[in-house]
Amino acid sequence: MDARLNGVAVRVERLHVVRGGTVVLPELSCEVPRAEVTGLLGPSGSGKSTLIRAIVGVQRVAGGSIDVLGEPAGSRRLRSRVGYMTQAPSVYGDLTVRENLRFFARVLGTEAGGVEEAIESVSLVDCADRVVDRLSGGQRARVSLATALLGRPDLLVLDEPTVGLDPALRRDLWQLFHRLADEGRTLLVSSHVMDEADRCDTLLLLRGGRLLAAATPAELRARTGAAQLDEAFLRLVDDVEAAS
Amino acid sequence: MSLRVTGAVARRVLQQLRRDPRTIALIIGVPCLLEFLLQQLFGRDSTVFQHVGAPLLGLFPFITMFLVTSITMLRERTTGTLERLMTLPLAKLDLLAGYGIAFAVVAVVQATIVSVLAFGLLGLDVAGPRWLVVVLAVANAVLGSTLGLFTSAFAQTEFQAVQFMPAVVLPQILLCGLFIARDEMATWLRVISALLPLTYAYDALARTAADMIDARFVADVAVVCGCVVLALALGAATLRRRTP
Repeated sequence: MDARLNGVAVRVERLHVVRGGTVVLPELSCEVPRAEVTGLLGPSGSGKSTLIRAIVGVQRVAGGSIDVLGEPAGSRRLRSRVGYMTQAPSVYGDLTVRENLRFFARVLGTEAGGVEEAIESVSLVDCADRVVDRLSGGQRARVSLATALLGRPDLLVLDEPTVGLDPALRRDLWQLFHRLADEGRTLLVSSHVMDEADRCDTLLLLRGGRLLAAATPAELRARTGAAQLDEAFLRLVDDVEAAS
Repeated sequence: MSLRVTGAVARRVLQQLRRDPRTIALIIGVPCLLEFLLQQLFGRDSTVFQHVGAPLLGLFPFITMFLVTSITMLRERTTGTLERLMTLPLAKLDLLAGYGIAFAVVAVVQATIVSVLAFGLLGLDVAGPRWLVVVLAVANAVLGSTLGLFTSAFAQTEFQAVQFMPAVVLPQILLCGLFIARDEMATWLRVISALLPLTYAYDALARTAADMIDARFVADVAVVCGCVVLALALGAATLRRRTP
């Protein structure tokens, strides 16, 4: 990867993760550039969530190192600087949207104004006082996303934040992600649908726990000669299989 | 540990409980019903009602809070909110103490209402101070909560968690001295009985009922408090920031 203008927010070196006797990430190395939207793309089962869990410090790892904003992943000082959205919405189903956010805001020790701002950011103003269990799956996911936005974290790690959302909402969220990046915040966003790849500044393509490519969408097109990014992904897969 | 975070957890747990009026009705109603049945079964002035009524009043919160806490904590583990909390600036003890405080508050309400009924309407009497029965009931609730937190780590489903109740609680109730005085037990049973925290909780209640607030009573209370601290430490050990 070429040297980025803004430097590196996350540096993963020879990360080795074994889950249930299976090697999920075999000595994976990659970088997430600062103040950009980086897409972590790959089919389901490619190790995206495991890598994300390792970066936020909840995954037990067998080897390697991860540097997050100048600290080892999972260290105490990162806990108020990294926002994490889990793949399955991790909010309290029996509380309202606002109660959920107020709870997370209190834990973070941030001002109450951040709660309303987060609710607005994910377009949930109309159902702020509804109990989460009565919301749709997409709305629940956005509550979970809103909790990750609280406290203006320097790094946002979002595991499939746009799954199941209608196209207009997806567009709004990607606009939000880029607005946050423009403010200097770093975003790592995973997705298993390649049509989201074009919305990212940089892409990390993962397959079977291995990094297929780390490049901008334009670089990827140029390298593979493919017009569409899912076609580019397929050509990369073919190249790897031809080489092995 | 931080007061702000502990308070946030306690408040959130109470908010969740408030959303579930049926559970609240059961927590308050069931011990009232059982005290009433006991009185009707044996008669107002019978020695059995007078002998069993007060200890039972003090032991109910132990059973209820054990069950409620282990299920709530299990939900926290299975829905991903625990993983989410572990990435936030929250000490494990904040979480455990928050739970303990929330359920102690519930126990105050439960024990107060049940004792108003038992002492006021059902004609139960104790030689010692009645308020002490309520205080001991709250201490037992905290003990039940902390044991529930700890055992929830060994349950993968709510089915299993429910089965832990008879497994952990019923032997303690059988052996605590309520049914047969400990002096009359076979030696090996008395030895086991001496190792179980509820034995001391029961003894403190029986001494209050007989107005024998002596050194033994103080020792009983000290053992109960010690068990709370021990169960908290064991519970904290089952909370892992990193999971496989």
